[in-house]
Amino acid sequence: MSKIAVLGDRDSVLGFRALGLTAFPAADAAEAKAQLVHLAKSDYAIIYITEQLASELPDEISRYKDQLTPAVILIPGKAGTLGLGDDALQSAMERAVGANIL
Amino acid sequence: MASTTINPTRMELTRLKGRLKTATRGHKLLKDKRDELMRQFLILLRKNKELRQKVELGLEQANAAFTVASAVMSPEMLESSLLYPKQSVELDVKTGNIMSVAVPQYTFKTQNTDPSEIYPYGFAQTSGELDDALSSLSGVFSDMLELAQVEKSVQLMAQEIERTRRRVNALEHVMIPDYQEKIRYISMKLEENERGATSRLMKVKDMMLAEERAKYEARRAEQETARRGTTA
Repeated sequence: MSKIAVLGDRDSVLGFRALGLTAFPAADAAEAKAQLVHLAKSDYAIIYITEQLASELPDEISRYKDQLTPAVILIPGKAGTLGLGDDALQSAMERAVGANIL
Repeated sequence: MASTTINPTRMELTRLKGRLKTATRGHKLLKDKRDELMRQFLILLRKNKELRQKVELGLEQANAAFTVASAVMSPEMLESSLLYPKQSVELDVKTGNIMSVAVPQYTFKTQNTDPSEIYPYGFAQTSGELDDALSSLSGVFSDMLELAQVEKSVQLMAQEIERTRRRVNALEHVMIPDYQEKIRYISMKLEENERGATSRLMKVKDMMLAEERAKYEARRAEQETARRGTTA
């Protein structure tokens, strides 16, 4: 059985705790990076990460793109969406098709 | 790209023809694979877009309610109300298969099935906004899970499509023209050799004929002089 992790700033992730997900508050990018690497190694199949944090560690996130687990999924944090999730979609499309077709 | 290293022999020609046939067949198959992958990918992509919008909207609402709750309640209070969750989620990951791309399939089991059981605190000391935040979070959760599945599939398929596309292009623009060029080179060389052999034979025949004719002429001349000698 796998678990689901939520990584982000304190206020954004606290609510997920009530849903039964494991919330990992991370104050800054360095801390988040260490936690992401640690989580990916343990049995977390899905890692939700706030866009605010994700914008500071694009390399770490793209490293897990081609692996089956974990799925690193961006979610908007408490400051609202940055559009990074959509950007990830666009880049997947450009990678596959070679052009933006939508 | 006629390389000088290939042997212009019939055996090499047969081998190359076989490889060209395989390459053409592979190209066709891979092209079909790419097209089907692309079709599936586009379906997933649209679904992903839809889900993402839904999730982002839901989370925005939850975050708004949460912000209000954290303004009304003290941080310690908020922290302690959420400290010990009642609900727990277990995720089951299976591997699905779309066009031989391994994609994850998530199913989750919650410990409490009653949707009102998600509030891990007493209602007396917490604000109503916290309830709102949690209920909208739990409302968006199943979409979040589906989003994770679809988005991961999209990423994995993008990788596979990229690879297939590269292989198709390599076959179409490098391998197949290369083989065709080599085959043309060899068959031209072989024809050239054949023509060379034919013309050599013709030349030899000419020479032999000329020789025979010279011998014949010489004999005739000899007989002529002999005949003149007897009559004279």
